[in-house]
Amino acid sequence: MAYALQQLINGVSLGMIYGLIAVGYTMVYGIIGMINFAHGDIFMIGAFIALISIVMVISGGFMEGPGALLLVLAICMAFTALYGWTVERVAYRPLRGSFRLAPLISAIGMSIVLQNYVQIAQGARVKPLEPQVTGGFEIMREGNFVVQLSNIQILIIMTTLAVLAIFTWLVTKTPLGRAMRACEQDRRMASLLGIDTDRTISLTFVIGASLAAVAGTLYLLRYGVIDFYIGFLAGVKAFTAAVLGGIGSLPGAVLGGLLIGLIETFWSAYFSVQYKDVAAFSILALTLIFLPTGLLGRQEVEKV
Amino acid sequence: MIARLGGAIRDAALATLVAFGLFVVMVGLRTDVAPGGELFLRQRWADVALLCALVFAGRLLVSLWGLRPHSLGQSPGRAALTAKLGTFFAPALLAFALVLPFVPGIGRYELDLGILVLTYVMLGWGLNIVVGLAGLLDLGYVAFYAVGAYSYALLAENFGFSFWICLPLAGILAAFWGILLGFPVLRLRGDYLAIVTLAFGEIIRIVLLNWTELTNGPNGMTGIPRPTFFGLPFSMSGEPDTFAGFFGLEPSPIHRVIFLYYLILVLALLTNWVTIRIRRQPIGRAWEALREDEIACRALGINVTATKLTAFALGAMFGGFAGAFFATRQGFISPESFTFIESAIILAIVVLGGMGSQIGVAVAAIVMIGGFELFRDLEEWRMLVFGAAMVVIMVLRPRGLVGSRTPSIALGERRAVSAAHVSEGKG
Repeated sequence: MAYALQQLINGVSLGMIYGLIAVGYTMVYGIIGMINFAHGDIFMIGAFIALISIVMVISGGFMEGPGALLLVLAICMAFTALYGWTVERVAYRPLRGSFRLAPLISAIGMSIVLQNYVQIAQGARVKPLEPQVTGGFEIMREGNFVVQLSNIQILIIMTTLAVLAIFTWLVTKTPLGRAMRACEQDRRMASLLGIDTDRTISLTFVIGASLAAVAGTLYLLRYGVIDFYIGFLAGVKAFTAAVLGGIGSLPGAVLGGLLIGLIETFWSAYFSVQYKDVAAFSILALTLIFLPTGLLGRQEVEKV
Repeated sequence: MIARLGGAIRDAALATLVAFGLFVVMVGLRTDVAPGGELFLRQRWADVALLCALVFAGRLLVSLWGLRPHSLGQSPGRAALTAKLGTFFAPALLAFALVLPFVPGIGRYELDLGILVLTYVMLGWGLNIVVGLAGLLDLGYVAFYAVGAYSYALLAENFGFSFWICLPLAGILAAFWGILLGFPVLRLRGDYLAIVTLAFGEIIRIVLLNWTELTNGPNGMTGIPRPTFFGLPFSMSGEPDTFAGFFGLEPSPIHRVIFLYYLILVLALLTNWVTIRIRRQPIGRAWEALREDEIACRALGINVTATKLTAFALGAMFGGFAGAFFATRQGFISPESFTFIESAIILAIVVLGGMGSQIGVAVAAIVMIGGFELFRDLEEWRMLVFGAAMVVIMVLRPRGLVGSRTPSIALGERRAVSAAHVSEGKG
């Protein structure tokens, strides 16, 4: 029981990170109907920028405490968003209206570029960061087993909820959010009604990249070890989350992220750690085969 | 002119600003691990300045010389020229490939490179059946390559079968896996199919990595039997029952390389020949029809499931052949050789070759793998260049290098059509 509770806590905090990345996939898929294959690598870039800013701000001794973490998060979101914007501008915008596979292949190319760029710029070795947020609470004790809710897990859950609240407000209440939803429904009609669709799509990438940056920062703080290759697996799993929740649906992405996080954690805890990625991949395949619209997705009507 | 220059400079300045934002953190500050295990930052502002200057110059040149992406296909005149070039170019290329081992000055290094290029040509042609003809985007093709390689290694090591028995078995096993993996995913559309095939490719790799009792896990399988010339081993001893001894030649390690070269050439040509023949048969026409419009196919009574499965199985079979060849050439295989990046490279070859064009795939494989080899000394940079090339070629020529096709079947005169008019199919 205690063991399962601990896994639940771990799974939720991991799932929150996947959910944040999945939102980026689902938004882009909703608006331009492409799988942004490089999104996982944007997450990886976010983690690296967070690492650099932590070393600069905290280890450099400029600031300490929660304010410093907030500053790190802000720096990381700003610079990662610039990467998201640039990727869209360079690799996807020229291909708008091209045949369907072209953006996907361009995205795969971009993913390779980002990975190797980081490898060259920051080195191939893994970067260990000493824990920045320590401590935690003891929730319950069963024999020798102690269920812990660590401060970093609280931080992950709180930050994710706060960011998602801001994001939901942005999408549902602001003119930008309205423009995004309009583009999602019918891009041509939206542009006829005076919405700058190019700008809206760019901003979608910027928002998606900022959320990925938050995910990258949290991942770095939680696990403390990153390298240039973490984006691939995290990206595939987050995409699985987006599909599981129903691609195009924003609450679905978060729900899917939580489910993937929980499944992965419980699988590693009760079955085998080596095959935890197989579990995630199998869920992806099973969802697409038996539930192609996902849990919260809309049924698509095929018109001939 | 002045206004244009002014605009170009403003553009370039903006691009430089963005570039500065991109590089200032990631390039300007490098995290390194100190001997004590702590991280510290190394500052590299000169590199940032250099990169920004490059971006400024590059952007200025692009706007002044108007290197604009032209996403539509070629004019009919150019398409005809390409077609004409194709009729001469393909036989010339084939003749060159045939005589390559005997051209003076071609040494072991060049032949090894030729074998590598031909392996990718074969893989490209195999994947072309799935992607180019049937229009099913497969991002996990390397799984079948792996199945072929491991089939050969396991059969040869455990049962002592020779290469010539294992080769068809490896192909059959890979085709079987193609059907097994293809069956559940047939209902999926374009990029969903792509992601699921990617997932299957990764699953197979992870299983190979962790099933240590069978595959020896990450250490890989060593001592895979080398190929024999129909039972005559390539050995340096010069005995009568070796290749050199039987034909009365001076024993030399180059014999095996030449044999492997011709082996992969024959296998690749077999792939090409089967593809060309099958395109003209009902099943091949069904593939191409499926690529263009699945709903119309259903309406015309084509069995979509069987059609897709044949494409998957046939493509996988050639992947399996190539895998068996790879195993016998290397003598050592490990899951490392079958990562997603291999799938991406093969897919890039098919797409850059113009999706469905046989000669295009061959040229793309030569350009990509040969070009890759040119950047050999720049170990870290070549994947960067490779990825950038994928993006640039997609932006400038989304239809690939050979952007026109001759229809497999036509009413009246056969004319090449620009590939822009050929749909890629939604799978």
